[in-house]
Amino acid sequence: MKTASSARFSSPLWRDHALAASAISEMGLLASAAAEKTGGQVNFMEVCGTHTMAIAASGMRKLFPKELRMLSGPGCPVCVTSQGDIDRVLALAGIPGVIITTFGDMLKVKGSKGLDLQSARERGADIRVVYSPLDAVALAAAEPSREVVFIGVGFETTAPVIGGAVVRAKKMGLKNFSSTAFFKLVPPALELLLSDPENKIHGFMLPGHVSAIIGIAPYRFVVEKYRVPCVVTGFEPMDILAGINMLLKQVISGTPSVEDEYFRAVRAEGNPAAQKLMREVFSVTTASWRAIGAVKNTGLEFSKAYSSFDAVKRFKIKYVEAPEPKGCLCGTILLGKALPPDCPLFGKGCTPSNAVGPCMVSSEGACAAWFKYGG
Amino acid sequence: MCLAVPGKITSIKSSNAEVDFSGVKRAVSLDLVPDAKKNDYVLVHAGFAIQILEPKEAEETLKLFKEIYGQDHGDASGPLGHNNP
Repeated sequence: MKTASSARFSSPLWRDHALAASAISEMGLLASAAAEKTGGQVNFMEVCGTHTMAIAASGMRKLFPKELRMLSGPGCPVCVTSQGDIDRVLALAGIPGVIITTFGDMLKVKGSKGLDLQSARERGADIRVVYSPLDAVALAAAEPSREVVFIGVGFETTAPVIGGAVVRAKKMGLKNFSSTAFFKLVPPALELLLSDPENKIHGFMLPGHVSAIIGIAPYRFVVEKYRVPCVVTGFEPMDILAGINMLLKQVISGTPSVEDEYFRAVRAEGNPAAQKLMREVFSVTTASWRAIGAVKNTGLEFSKAYSSFDAVKRFKIKYVEAPEPKGCLCGTILLGKALPPDCPLFGKGCTPSNAVGPCMVSSEGACAAWFKYGG
Repeated sequence: MCLAVPGKITSIKSSNAEVDFSGVKRAVSLDLVPDAKKNDYVLVHAGFAIQILEPKEAEETLKLFKEIYGQDHGDASGPLGHNNP
């Protein structure tokens, strides 16, 4: 039996039809007022892939007012990983005796030669999907004669989790565990988008779980330097509708701020213990982004103290620049400059069962969400 | 991939907890939330609790939704969410 407290987190009110209908009806009024301020179209970006999927799965996009356009941002970890880094993952999978452990999203992302981890597995590579990097650490402890590599990709939500697994491996004295650190940072990604002269983003729906770790302060520059509204938003349908309305109100009032709709999980200071662990295990570095290329201070790599856990260094895997799949608009979509149906391959040469680009592969990719749910 | 799920801590042994996700129980590391206690609600991502959830604040959010978007909307007491000017 559920307690009264747990009912609050799983209450049907988070997706209540009557509340949603009322929020949508307010959204219509707010969007037309906001459109007068922006000159016709209001473009908001949901930065996080989990938001992209939540919006698509709820079907709410079809109910949005015509003035409002929700763009998917660079917040799907697999999607932003550069083709060169995908090739490095495949190179690691090709080393005899290595066990690759990964989240499932990575299995079908194709490298520049058209191969993926799934096809590597069919050719004999030992690839195992795990729920947690701690499962990979436990596997390394159970298989001392094998090298166990975890494929670490993601943002500030996932980096401390993988960092935590690495700290545990170090405490256990494991010499056969390592991980990639292809981590990206959300605030510098926003700066990349905002500093583009063609940028037409009028507000950011900020990622709830990244913000649960980093807090509010890292987003202040968006408001102070670029005057763009921000709302940290939860993932239930009512969270998202309320978050959009809060953004619209900021546009109308012309007074941007960083609001926190998801305050049941996100505190202003974030999670200091997770931040400390991230600083200990990783340091800020240049990261390679799909379609953008290498950008200084936008990612994390292992710190000196933990560099022995860096799989890329341990196995001396070089980075080779590689082109995007031909015809794929994934990179343009990640920058909010196109929507999935704008891609000539969408639903034709590129479907979830035979994906060309990572935006169609990942369960959080914008193309996969549009294909499955119709946007 | 930034999916995180709420659950309730039912027991703690050193820095590992058993967390109840609406009936399904799993081992979860508390390394990133050292202050978490038994009966706390935590947000869990890939085997680690990443934040303690506040039932009172969930309740407050739902109350605000009802005030703003419920039958008697129009007399909301204040803005939804916490502002960080």
